[in-house]
Amino acid sequence: MALALILILFAAALAAWLSERVGRAWPQWISLAVLAATSLWTAAVWLGGGEVATVHLPWIPRFGIAVLLAMDGLSLLLVLLTLVLGVVAVISSWTEIGERPGFFQLNLLLTLAGVVGVFTALDLFLFFVFWEVMLVPMYLLIAIWGHEERAYASMKFFLFTQISGLLLLAGILGLVFHHQAATGVLTFDYRALLGSSAGLPAWVMLGFFAAFLTKLPGVPVHTWLPDAHTQAPTAGSVILAGIMLKTGAYGLIRFVVPLFPDVAFELRQPIMLLGAISVIYGGYLAFAQEDFKRLVAYSSISHMGFVLLGVFAWNQVAVQGAVVQMVAHGFSTAALFMMAGALQERLHTRALSRMGGLWQRAPRMGAVTLFFVIASLGMPGLGNFVGEFLVLLGAFQADVTLAVVAALGLVVAATYALILLQRSFQGPLAPEFPAMRDFGAREMTVMVGLMLALVGLGIYPQPVLDLSAPVVEGLRAVTGVGP
Amino acid sequence: MAWLWLVPLLPLTGFLILAATQGRLPERVVAVIGAGSVGLAALVTAVVTLDFLGSGSGAYSQTLWTWLSAGGFTPDFTLYLDGLSLVMMGVITGVGFLIHLYATGYMAGDPGYGRFFAYMNLFVFAMLMLVLGDDLLVLYLGWEGVGLCSYLLIGFFQTDPANGYAARKAFVVTRVGDTAMAIGLFLLFRELGTLEIQTLLERANTAWAGGDLTVTVAALLILGGAVGKSAQLPLQTWLPDAMAGPTPVSALIHAATMVTAGVYLIARLHDLYLLSPAAQTAVTLVGLATLFIAAFAALAQRDVKRILAYSTMSQIGYMFFALGVGAWSAAIFHLMTHAFFKALLFLAAGSLILAMHHEQDIFRMGGLRRRLPWPFWSMVIGSAALAALPLTSGYFSKDAILLTAFDAPGGPWLWAVAVLAAFVTALYSMRMILVVFFGDEREGAHDSEGWNMKLPLAVLAVLSIIGGWFGLSPPGDVLPDGGLHAEHGGWLPWVTSAFPLLGLALGYVLFEPSRNRVAGLMASPAADAVRRFWLAGWGFDWLYARLFEAPYNTIAHWNRRDAVDRLFDLTAAVVRGGNLVTAYLQNGRLRWYLANMAAGLAVVLLIVLGVS
Repeated sequence: MALALILILFAAALAAWLSERVGRAWPQWISLAVLAATSLWTAAVWLGGGEVATVHLPWIPRFGIAVLLAMDGLSLLLVLLTLVLGVVAVISSWTEIGERPGFFQLNLLLTLAGVVGVFTALDLFLFFVFWEVMLVPMYLLIAIWGHEERAYASMKFFLFTQISGLLLLAGILGLVFHHQAATGVLTFDYRALLGSSAGLPAWVMLGFFAAFLTKLPGVPVHTWLPDAHTQAPTAGSVILAGIMLKTGAYGLIRFVVPLFPDVAFELRQPIMLLGAISVIYGGYLAFAQEDFKRLVAYSSISHMGFVLLGVFAWNQVAVQGAVVQMVAHGFSTAALFMMAGALQERLHTRALSRMGGLWQRAPRMGAVTLFFVIASLGMPGLGNFVGEFLVLLGAFQADVTLAVVAALGLVVAATYALILLQRSFQGPLAPEFPAMRDFGAREMTVMVGLMLALVGLGIYPQPVLDLSAPVVEGLRAVTGVGP
Repeated sequence: MAWLWLVPLLPLTGFLILAATQGRLPERVVAVIGAGSVGLAALVTAVVTLDFLGSGSGAYSQTLWTWLSAGGFTPDFTLYLDGLSLVMMGVITGVGFLIHLYATGYMAGDPGYGRFFAYMNLFVFAMLMLVLGDDLLVLYLGWEGVGLCSYLLIGFFQTDPANGYAARKAFVVTRVGDTAMAIGLFLLFRELGTLEIQTLLERANTAWAGGDLTVTVAALLILGGAVGKSAQLPLQTWLPDAMAGPTPVSALIHAATMVTAGVYLIARLHDLYLLSPAAQTAVTLVGLATLFIAAFAALAQRDVKRILAYSTMSQIGYMFFALGVGAWSAAIFHLMTHAFFKALLFLAAGSLILAMHHEQDIFRMGGLRRRLPWPFWSMVIGSAALAALPLTSGYFSKDAILLTAFDAPGGPWLWAVAVLAAFVTALYSMRMILVVFFGDEREGAHDSEGWNMKLPLAVLAVLSIIGGWFGLSPPGDVLPDGGLHAEHGGWLPWVTSAFPLLGLALGYVLFEPSRNRVAGLMASPAADAVRRFWLAGWGFDWLYARLFEAPYNTIAHWNRRDAVDRLFDLTAAVVRGGNLVTAYLQNGRLRWYLANMAAGLAVVLLIVLGVS
């Protein structure tokens, strides 16, 4: 199924690109149809029990490289998130893209194909290929359809990702050759490489870790994110924040911890510290922003800090919390970026200083923003709270001080989330904007869907927890390290 | 009792309908849904109460579903009914319904009518989850939920940025407390392995039977949450500003229910405080300091709602004080009577403000007793109960607290401070009544209220008087003292009851409008400085603005462009500089290359010669 999904997305990408000659609306309809269909298919597989056959085809046998794709609960969950947010991304950019709509959809779908590959590849070489496949089309999305400073932002994004990708490649090769030296077998097969990290120098793990930390992103390698997210077109921001950041978190859970349990366990405290700092520092930077979209972008750093903290708290409650946080953050941030895009489309600005009182003009947009702002600051009953609470609950068992520091992020979150709402939708009406179109049926459908998802995740997250529980338990069995 | 789940569901349904229709319904329909859902919840509560009391059982619980299950943490959505939650549920739905009914008239004509009732219904739902939740995580859901609704309703009139500021202040300040509480929950879970309240308390009693530093820390962290929500020192500063919300909101959230959540929380977890005398003493001191400071602050306010806000803070101080000295039942009793008379006072103030065309300054009122009989009599009755005049409801509950306090360790001193504050309470009540309703009559006030606003005043007035006659304390032995113990021989009860009367007398002497002796007293600069100090709530806002708010904002402003990113910019600048230098060298001029080659050769030669 994983292979089929990737091939379908590739094919759809080409079809969307070519169909531009038939009509301007064709590419987005193709995109939407394919993404909706694949979402439904994946959801059906999940409801049907979630069993997915592993694909294993030879590719470059000489170097032990194969097309090895597999899907466990975690992969299935994230692939589903990817496809659903893909739908959201397409709809959110429905009227935004003027130039070359076919090429736009091509890049969008290629990015998604790359992400699905990343979430399913179990051959490290193949994983690396997909890791790079995500990058280039996303670079193009920012560089071509981005906002005023797109050149700077896309270059910064490319450099950060590329340099960290190089470290990842070095790490992969280091691990593979170490394995070969120990066993005489040259293979990139993840399953074979598990448990072969004994005697490996720490830099190999750090190569992986640096790449994933950059993608997550965590302090101090977070600075590409605000620029990239702010300058990207709406669909790009939705995919970047909603899905691509999760590849970093996924990498930590799938590769860093199981492949290098000893080093990871040894370094868990400094890494948790980075997580706690990300929570506070990202939130605090968000509070200071003057730009709607940039504020949301910084809040992502804070939210993903919880994921970092949770994964390295090294207990089941925290890791499962991190997984819930990944999904919830995907929904809530996608919605807020969509809102930023909708405001920019209507007002031609993202500056909070020029907004104000917009609730009076567009009460539906106001209410929607209120909802997601509240989700973002961790209101119980919504998904983000479950993630953050579980992470903190688990982290507290691992390290009291760091958990307390990260918990202060709850106060910081309140400051940035509420100031965002205040400056855009509340207060006196900005005189500049005498009229503004409220959300219509198209936007409200997506938003209500995302709201229901967050409420569901907030009051009954068990389906998600059940999907990820075996993975997390397996993690403990595989690593055999820790309390 | 099987219908218990309906009680929170009804207001939730009201909220969902009102939220989904987004204010497109006519006012009349909104009023029916908004007030009706809470009214029905009150009816179901009455049925459940009769059933519960008839069954004679101590507790009833109803599990709805398991919220989540991860790594041994399995909180359930379970509703738990015992004497304590029964009292709370009665107050929330009963007083809540009266205030909703009043609000259908008060908010008439407001463009945000539907939004208002949506938030109000959501609040009632969250408050019910808070008191019915059997798991601390469910309680926390309600706890944050009421905070959210409080925020939404304080900032209800959105166009004025000052309201938004007040709303955010309330949310952020209480969130500081909430975070302490969350950390307390993490600690309790780590130590006891559950957040299910009854199991948790059982395990706590076994684990910490001999007292333990851990239980003190946990109890203090929980107290942190309680002081935030209940506007006690040191997190009290948000409550006076919260008066920016519509007056029914002040009555419901910032007087009768939400602000007493901290009292409920400590009463609910009383075993922890019994295990930690240090934490219980902290509760006493917090309560005592707050009731004292807030009473004097109320004395200096000019805005009728701010008088009532400080008065609320002070009365909740009495409840904390009562919890601390072990008068558990009296604390809950005072919570209930306070809900009656303070809701009455706020609603009366609302009528007053409407009649005065949104004037809130008491010194711009005067002589209104003839034109506005309903607010007048409501205020008189409410103030009498607030001042604890004999035979009013407030008298019985406050008396129970003060008399029990006298017998606590260090009791006479505690009692003396609390009685002094009771004296001041009577003083500021008298001042409010005299200034607003006596003296020269102000023109322009007109009373145009319908039955839906007068009925709640009447019912609450009756309750404010008779609500304490039956010595109601939570049924069953939910609380460790097992009921009220107000019997005390000798001079003590007489003196305790006399102080409020003396306060009223002094109030009359000072504020009697025809003489206005207080003006003479206030003439000296020292007295005026004290007045301004009290007016500013003992300077806490001033202090916190400099200590926390200003540094937070300033540093955020400085670091807006992210110091870390500047480091990466530096790297980029170095690379770019290197590029400039090397590009400069490649300028395509033959002479330049030759000269460089010659110079390089010379340097190499020199080095070679030097080495050899």
